[in-house]
Amino acid sequence: MNVQARQTPTTAAASKLAIADGDIHPTRKLASEFDPWLEKRWRDDIATFGTRQRQQWQNAPAYPKAQPNASRRDAYPPEGGRQGSSLPFMQQQHLDPNNVALGILNPLGTGQGLQNIDMSIALCHATNEWQQEYWTKPDRRLRASVVVPYEDPIASAKEIRRYADNADFVQVFMLSRTSEPMGSRKYWPIYEAAAEVGMPVGVHAFGYGGNPMTPGGYPSYYTEEMVGHSQAQQSGLASLVVEGVFARFPSLKMIMIEAGFAWAPSLTWRLDNAWRRLKQETPHLTRLPSEYIRDQVWWTTQPMEEPEPRAHLRDAINWIGWDRLIFATDYPHWDYDDPATSLPLKISEAERQAFFIGNARNVYRGV
Amino acid sequence: MTPLLAPGAIDCDIHPAVPNLAALLPYMDQPWREQVVVRGIDDLATIAYPANSPLTCRADWRPADKSVPASSLAQVRRDALDPFGTSIAIANCLYGVQALFSEDMAAAYATAVNRWMAAEWLDKEPRLRASIIVAAQGPELAVDEIERWAHDKRFVQVLLLVSGATPLGKRALWPIYRAAEKYGLAIGIHAGSAYHNPPTSVGWPTYYTEDYVSQAQAFQSQLTSMICEGVFNKFPNLKVVLLESGFTWLPAHLWRLTKFWRGLRMEIPWVDRAPADIVRSNVRLSLQPVDGPPDRDSLLRIFDHMQSDELILFSTDYPHWQFDGTAAIPDGLPADLVRKMTHDNPRATYARLLETVA
Repeated sequence: MNVQARQTPTTAAASKLAIADGDIHPTRKLASEFDPWLEKRWRDDIATFGTRQRQQWQNAPAYPKAQPNASRRDAYPPEGGRQGSSLPFMQQQHLDPNNVALGILNPLGTGQGLQNIDMSIALCHATNEWQQEYWTKPDRRLRASVVVPYEDPIASAKEIRRYADNADFVQVFMLSRTSEPMGSRKYWPIYEAAAEVGMPVGVHAFGYGGNPMTPGGYPSYYTEEMVGHSQAQQSGLASLVVEGVFARFPSLKMIMIEAGFAWAPSLTWRLDNAWRRLKQETPHLTRLPSEYIRDQVWWTTQPMEEPEPRAHLRDAINWIGWDRLIFATDYPHWDYDDPATSLPLKISEAERQAFFIGNARNVYRGV
Repeated sequence: MTPLLAPGAIDCDIHPAVPNLAALLPYMDQPWREQVVVRGIDDLATIAYPANSPLTCRADWRPADKSVPASSLAQVRRDALDPFGTSIAIANCLYGVQALFSEDMAAAYATAVNRWMAAEWLDKEPRLRASIIVAAQGPELAVDEIERWAHDKRFVQVLLLVSGATPLGKRALWPIYRAAEKYGLAIGIHAGSAYHNPPTSVGWPTYYTEDYVSQAQAFQSQLTSMICEGVFNKFPNLKVVLLESGFTWLPAHLWRLTKFWRGLRMEIPWVDRAPADIVRSNVRLSLQPVDGPPDRDSLLRIFDHMQSDELILFSTDYPHWQFDGTAAIPDGLPADLVRKMTHDNPRATYARLLETVA
């Protein structure tokens, strides 16, 4: 984490194990790249009023990042533009040398969770068309996410069904800091549509739901925001289980993205223990919380926990299941996990295969 | 099989309860006492523990006469002190003082609860110690309350709720920590919320089950806050005890916190030790609820991940339903670890337990 400039690997890609990357962040070189898919009304409103989120700043995240765009300082494309905005440079710096055979695009900062929901709907659709035009058509290793305006679940379900037969789109994309806990019935149309079209729902850290970032109020530091994504996702996952989303949509798959995974065993044990005592209020649950989680939840790996000694990480993965983790780099962000060094455990060939690509092939649609 | 505790076990979290608001009135100053009557103020019973929830009181501990569980000394002696051979139990009274919006009213209720605790419990039962209830809504008034009781060595801790109006590391609360450190009182942080913010960072849940489960996330956030804000740098002798927090989340949380501390130290340069080191020197957690895996070996792995046998303090969490019978200690823990949890760790944490009380 926080390496200032990495040596680009020079090993011939063909000699390396092919990997999947469950968390790649493409960005626009120019804001106007969305324009072909935005009505004039939205182009004008965005120019006049901006894209107001449920936080204080016009053009910045709630907590200042530790480096520009929270990205690797060596990830600026040589031709200019922000990190993650150049396909040729992404290919040269990441996809080719790391032999990424399958890269999942998770666009951030596009228009999810805006105060103006109609604007959010318009921007999310533009994002989806843009992914196809700028990324998945030119590079067939990349697959897109259906970015949904999740605070309007009906519109989101419509957007999901729009891409039902489009093989370039392999997951539905939400952010974890929702305005209500993720299991709330408000969001059920999203899960219903995702299950119907056979896409997993990926839940990525971040978002501005309008709630304080802890149940004790807003913390002071970016460090706390980053650590806190894990707590937000734990509460979101608990909600999905307890409110019965998994029970109601048994074919639904959820992927928890960029909020760690080692917290999952403890949360699962706590859910089981609490549910055994309190199940009177949740008759819609017919199995232990842990059973729904074991069958229907996956996690991407970055930023990988780094216990000392590292062998403790193996315990955590054993508890979660080696079939449930999807390797991810978070390229081009600052806390990028390098596939060559980020899992310093002695693992079997079968575990390596599952961790670096097999699990991804099992969870994403049609890959 | 019930583990047999060696004589002298110290139970660090039990919950003697206020039977009703009328019981506090003799201990309340005017004009607050009169306001209770004139305004028709109800009991400060928060939604953190719904009265009839199975978790709020274990079925066989519920009084037959429907009175508030754990509200009489006879019950507490019979169900919480005698069966475990407890030599000392720390009473953490959960009464919704912290949830009031008025700082003055909250401070008046805190004083009343502490007077009631001293007179109705501590004066009558030598095995009991207690936490000073304070209303963190008004830190200056909270310090006044700490100073009111500091001379009384039967009070061993200052009690806060895990979720209040602001994160617990914030500087506005430091006068409370300064006073606690000065007088040799631990800071106890107990599960529960003032409900001045939503109980989760993603809003209000539907079910009580989610509220209870989410307490663990609240503890994680507050531990992050206290470490990042530098509370333990400023008050190196302060002991913080997380109560009814669960503890199996601790190793994974420290792995993550340590990783971001390493990556983002430029933001919080005063944090000059790894979070796990800070926890080992300054933070302790109560045993119940164990929130453990179903098998003994995995639970032993969690203790291994904690890399210390000094972090966990024995607790029954009486009368909350966390275990059945007298099985307060999970089966299969090594005897020396049990001895540390029940005897050595509490004494090392609560300096005042070593002092003679009149």
